[in-house]
Amino acid sequence: MKRVFPILAVLTALLLAYGFYEAMWVAPTERTMGDVQRIFYYHVPSAWTGFCLFFTNLLASIVYLIWKNPKADALAVSSAEVGVVFCTIVLVTGPIWARPVWGIWWTWDVRLTSTLVLWLIYVSYLVLRRFSDSSQTPVLAAVLAIFGALDVPLVYFSIWFFRTQHPQPVIGGGGSLDPRMLRVFLLNLFTFSCFGAMLCWARYRLEWMQREVDEAEALESLLGTESVSLRDTQVKIAAGKNPRHP
Amino acid sequence: MNSSNYLYAAYAATWLIHGFYISVLIRRYFRLRGRISGQTKR
Repeated sequence: MKRVFPILAVLTALLLAYGFYEAMWVAPTERTMGDVQRIFYYHVPSAWTGFCLFFTNLLASIVYLIWKNPKADALAVSSAEVGVVFCTIVLVTGPIWARPVWGIWWTWDVRLTSTLVLWLIYVSYLVLRRFSDSSQTPVLAAVLAIFGALDVPLVYFSIWFFRTQHPQPVIGGGGSLDPRMLRVFLLNLFTFSCFGAMLCWARYRLEWMQREVDEAEALESLLGTESVSLRDTQVKIAAGKNPRHP
Repeated sequence: MNSSNYLYAAYAATWLIHGFYISVLIRRYFRLRGRISGQTKR
């Protein structure tokens, strides 16, 4: 696993570079919007990846609530954090695209507002995780995550059910996309999905490592003067032994 | 403002946010490594 991660990270970086090249120089220029339409190749894949990560957070939270699996809890916090990063990109690139096309940076229509609400929900989830010391925090956070995930379909379907300033989806929404644009879009969709998965994986490993170190330090402080190294403690925990009674 | 400038701004913002987040992850990793090495020394 330790060797697979760097290889996949390099492959993802190469894919990102290729996706950037295709979006900037290979995809044809849109007739009415011009070059600014190329923001589409980053804006939509970022939204898609953010939604996938929030969905992962939902599944992991449900698994945690049912089985109290700490790995599911670690995955939940990791996916939420990386999802917030991608959602932030959506909220930043959207207004930058809107300004030259709509003439305004922001409007309080359903799609934009529900996306902002989604971002706020997951930021509050992360704040709860960061600053609450209660043993009930993972449970409370999992419940909040389930409520937060309810906003994801509202964001996605808002442009179908309400009149909004935001354009209809290009795929499955009656719109059409030049095949060359579609190819670049799908490439970037795949690339951003891989990048999101890699970031989530890295964050998950870090979260798990942090929990092991916290646990070892807590055990060491319980033992007081007796010196127990981190590695010894980890070995004892892995072997199912109680390090306090070796 | 030229429409291309908005494009560059959006792409730059995307990579700045990702770069910042990756740097946060790297800093957290090295802080943890420091804690682990401090533990093993004791």
